[in-house]
Amino acid sequence: MDAVVDFMSIVAIVAGAAFFAAGTIGLLRFPDTMTRLHALTKADNLGVGLVILGLLPRAGSITAGIKLLLVWLLVLFAGAIVSQLVGRVASREPPR
Amino acid sequence: MTFVPGAAALFILGMVAIGLLRALRGPRDADRLLSVQLLGTGAIAALLLYGVPSGDASAIDVALTLALLAAFASIAFVKAAGGYDDEPS
Amino acid sequence: MIDALNAGIALLLLALGAYAVMAKDVFAALVGYIAYGLLLTLAWMQLRGPDVALTEAAIGGGLTGAMLIAAATRLRDRDAAARAPMPGIGARVLAATLSAVVASAVAWSVASLPEPAATLAPQTLAAMPALEVGNPVTAVLLGFRALDTLLEAIVVVLALIGVWSLAPDKAWGGRLGRLQHAQPDGMLAYAARILAPIGIVIGMYIFWIGADLPGGKFQGATLLAAMWLLVWMAGLTDAPAVDRRWLRAMLVAGPLAFVAIGVFGAVQAGAFLAYPAGLAKPLIIVIEIALMPTLTLVLALVLVGPPLREPER
Repeated sequence: MDAVVDFMSIVAIVAGAAFFAAGTIGLLRFPDTMTRLHALTKADNLGVGLVILGLLPRAGSITAGIKLLLVWLLVLFAGAIVSQLVGRVASREPPR
Repeated sequence: MTFVPGAAALFILGMVAIGLLRALRGPRDADRLLSVQLLGTGAIAALLLYGVPSGDASAIDVALTLALLAAFASIAFVKAAGGYDDEPS
Repeated sequence: MIDALNAGIALLLLALGAYAVMAKDVFAALVGYIAYGLLLTLAWMQLRGPDVALTEAAIGGGLTGAMLIAAATRLRDRDAAARAPMPGIGARVLAATLSAVVASAVAWSVASLPEPAATLAPQTLAAMPALEVGNPVTAVLLGFRALDTLLEAIVVVLALIGVWSLAPDKAWGGRLGRLQHAQPDGMLAYAARILAPIGIVIGMYIFWIGADLPGGKFQGATLLAAMWLLVWMAGLTDAPAVDRRWLRAMLVAGPLAFVAIGVFGAVQAGAFLAYPAGLAKPLIIVIEIALMPTLTLVLALVLVGPPLREPER
């Protein structure tokens, strides 16, 4: 059982890192602000989420696990808010 | 397999560092803010990948603070750079 | 692998610092500065300094970033940057030389520290049980060097008074800063309504665990101030007027309580800010609770700025 949990944790962490790579590539290669925003949220939500999922079995206690989930919720929420705000600003001005 | 979290942290930091090139090039302030957001999220991930496996509980508290305050700084930035950014949708 | 990470962070910090200094646009430089603060947090964690990392994340990343953003916005509104003359080549060379000299001096001092570095850590750890706090940073800040913390608390209040002194004459007595506009059912208001309660709980949590774990009043106060500022930026609340009595009372209550405890110590235990045996932890908690409102108010109001509106009658 322990080895299975360990394996899943590693898979999750590696997947999370892959999403960060995807987010970076998107940020650098997409043609304009709105599409880059789209790429960023993938890294924010799934990158951090999968990393935290992978770390949950290694957290020391239930409290630490709950705090980890709270970090993920905050990152999710902050990412969503900033995306909305940046999106409104970006959609209004013409690209410089 | 105990090297995986450390290697992942290094990889993620490398990725978000490369993402900072957008801050260099991105024609608008919004693009630069996006790459800083990515850096913040990557720093949180790297922080947790280093702290949690070694049993350092304070890493999670620092990650919480980082998440909140990076959000705060980004919101302040968008409000300042964009002017009034709220309109009824 | 740790060395690779640390080298990577150091190089990235240098690159971000260079970018922040050399960027042409103020907002681009600010982005570099905030990124620098975020990365420095990571560096502090690598140096095993979670208390400093917390403070860096709170103040360096968020609050000073927002402060600089507010300053840049005010300058942009007044077109000051467009009208200010660019410093001449002589001034810039002088500035660069001075910075290089100071940086070299610091680097040389750090490099020439004896190995192992001289430190008071063993003595601190040996003397800590008398204070009954588990966090050595708190023990030093509020126990062994409490005088420094008292002076710091007074200095931040003076800083706020300094900011207030920039008020135009006719605005004295009015509300602080400008009225922030936002739609009450818009995105910013939504963000403030959801993030602020969570942030307040986390801020109080970080304040409370400071006795035994990394944290404390300064980081907690910064979180509370940032959350209030979020609500203020969303236009959901307005800053108080500068002549409100409760505002001034809360600002001085912290340092006053601290001084009172110091005098109490002088009377009971023989020296200013000495703690009588057995009363150390309760007194430290009282000081922390007294300083929280002061610090929160100062950190929040420094960003809001001086009173800019006429007093309402």
